[in-house]
Amino acid sequence: MSIAATFDIEYLQYLDADGKLVRDDLPAIARDVRQLVELYKLMLYVRVFDAKAVALQRTGKLGTYASCLGHEAAHVAIGSAMQEDDVFAPMYREYGAQFYRGVKPREVLLYWGGDERGSDFSGPAHDFAWCVPIATQALHGAGAALAFKVRKEPRVAVTVVGDGSSSKGDFYGAINVAGAMKLPLVVVIVNNQWAISVPRSAQTGAQTLAQKGIAAGLECLQVDGNDLIAMRAAMDHAVKRARHGHGGMVIEAVTYRLSDHTTADDARRYRPEGEVKDAWQREPMKRIKAYLMSLNAWTEKEEEDWKADCAAKIDVEVNAYLETKSQTVEAMFDFTHAELTAELAAQKADVLAQEKRG
Amino acid sequence: MAQITLIEAVTQALAYEMRIDPSVVVLGEDVGVNGGVFRATQGLQEKFGADRVIDTPLDEASIAGLTVGMAAQGLRPVAEAQFEGFIYPMMEHIACHAARMRTRTRGRLTCPAVFRAPWGGGIRAPEHHSEANEALFTNIPGLRVVLPSSPGRAYGLLLAAIRDPDPVMFFEPKRIYRQYKEEVADDGEALPLDVCFVLRDGSDVTLVTWGAQVKETLEAADALAARGISAEVIDVATLKPLDFDTIHESVKKTGRCVIVHEAPRTAGFGAEIAARLAGEAIYDLVAPVERVTGYDTHIPLYRLEMKYLPSVERIVAAAERTLAAS
Repeated sequence: MSIAATFDIEYLQYLDADGKLVRDDLPAIARDVRQLVELYKLMLYVRVFDAKAVALQRTGKLGTYASCLGHEAAHVAIGSAMQEDDVFAPMYREYGAQFYRGVKPREVLLYWGGDERGSDFSGPAHDFAWCVPIATQALHGAGAALAFKVRKEPRVAVTVVGDGSSSKGDFYGAINVAGAMKLPLVVVIVNNQWAISVPRSAQTGAQTLAQKGIAAGLECLQVDGNDLIAMRAAMDHAVKRARHGHGGMVIEAVTYRLSDHTTADDARRYRPEGEVKDAWQREPMKRIKAYLMSLNAWTEKEEEDWKADCAAKIDVEVNAYLETKSQTVEAMFDFTHAELTAELAAQKADVLAQEKRG
Repeated sequence: MAQITLIEAVTQALAYEMRIDPSVVVLGEDVGVNGGVFRATQGLQEKFGADRVIDTPLDEASIAGLTVGMAAQGLRPVAEAQFEGFIYPMMEHIACHAARMRTRTRGRLTCPAVFRAPWGGGIRAPEHHSEANEALFTNIPGLRVVLPSSPGRAYGLLLAAIRDPDPVMFFEPKRIYRQYKEEVADDGEALPLDVCFVLRDGSDVTLVTWGAQVKETLEAADALAARGISAEVIDVATLKPLDFDTIHESVKKTGRCVIVHEAPRTAGFGAEIAARLAGEAIYDLVAPVERVTGYDTHIPLYRLEMKYLPSVERIVAAAERTLAAS
């Protein structure tokens, strides 16, 4: 018997849970202290936003909301590694990536607050909106990448899926086509260990989620998703090779969902408390803060000041959200097609007449 | 001017639009080198290159998802489902994304895509190759659903479908792909995507149909004429949005309506037309609306399929019932 194929999956980590460097072949981003501080500040901003959004839901001012608690490093690394004309195809909790790209917190709130205008956001106009049908966004990312290939544009599509998503045909379809057509597609599996109540171990018999990309002919890497430096280095590598025509990549970002799945979920029903406690020891903020402080690039005072700034900035966003008047009823009809069909026009007239009567 | 078949008209429309609009791309299984299993895309890859006539991996969900992604990023993809019966894995992308891209982003992103599929039975094909499931799509907001029934209408409607700023389902009646040839000028003239076509004027009964049943319905009109009954024949062509006015005008004249389609009866698109007649044309009707349809069974394997599909005899009998009723 001979060997038909072999593979290895590398694991990338620079900072351990305490912020100590675990290797010395550091990527450029590890030395770019100014940028790291900016990214850390965005992570803090996201965390303040997230807590506020959950609080809004708990007080009846927001619909169901999907928290991103614990995913900050992965998300901010993804957003910051992309160029503006690249295309992002997110799932529904990648606020850190989207804020970097210009989406406003008020728009995130508007979406979860029951208003389509949230998805007409201020980020790049070509970015996809939040995608609830699990993993379908991966194929839209692949379609964007195929469009770049057809038009010979040096752009990259980046999509995010979860550990649960990696069980779906759409995920396999996307990585398969990216391999078959050598598309500039970066697929980040943010493995937060839980797909609502189903643990990672129940999703697949595969040793890693990253290795699923091997079968598709893609380069694959498993990364400590709580390590901002590792995540950013992995993304920089993936985006660069995709942009230069070397094809797609699968990055498994190993992290932990510190929150419930959404505000409609209660993870205490299925998740051992000890596991969550452990996960808090490895969460992403602490280690990058420690690293920056060890370089004298960040202080507790700056942290306190910035958190206060964030709270003020988020308050502005929340107020803008709360003050946004609902769309009038015709908005339901006006975007179904480019132009109203006769039947839709008649139905719209019915509703408007109904509104008038009260 | 060339005499061409319905399927050649599909190819001609694709080639025309690819020639004038570089954003038009074709994708699907076997659409490239092989030119499609029915040859709808014959010669296109040679003309326009493998970048624009794309053989995809064999996964319908991937084809649909890629189509949505490409369309949202400024291309005008024309995706092929090899058979209507294989379109089901595409439905999530069609219903959840293509059809609602515009509305869910308030117009920021759109999906100007066409999903083509050879549709319907009657060609002695294997299982799952003969479905008529158009009604599954007419209930999805944001889609146009088109079923051409002649070479000329296939050409003009496909051009319009590709040019439409929103997603269009374009179902091709494969039983009449090569039924006859007619002259179709390759002039780039599109047909409107919201009108029915009156194929034959008549005064006693209105026969409403679409797709391959246009053939049997016109034959039924001939048979009725031989018995002194004047039947008007309407090809709906675009099911959604429905041009009900044309149907209503005809029924005002005839007072009788027979709806013919090969899809199953219950909640078939004929039910929508019948409901519209009941709601808006009840005083014009002098007889109950008749439906001649496929049965509420799966279309049988091919030894029995012609028993399933509406026949000339069934259409004639239904028309005569409407005349006997008043």
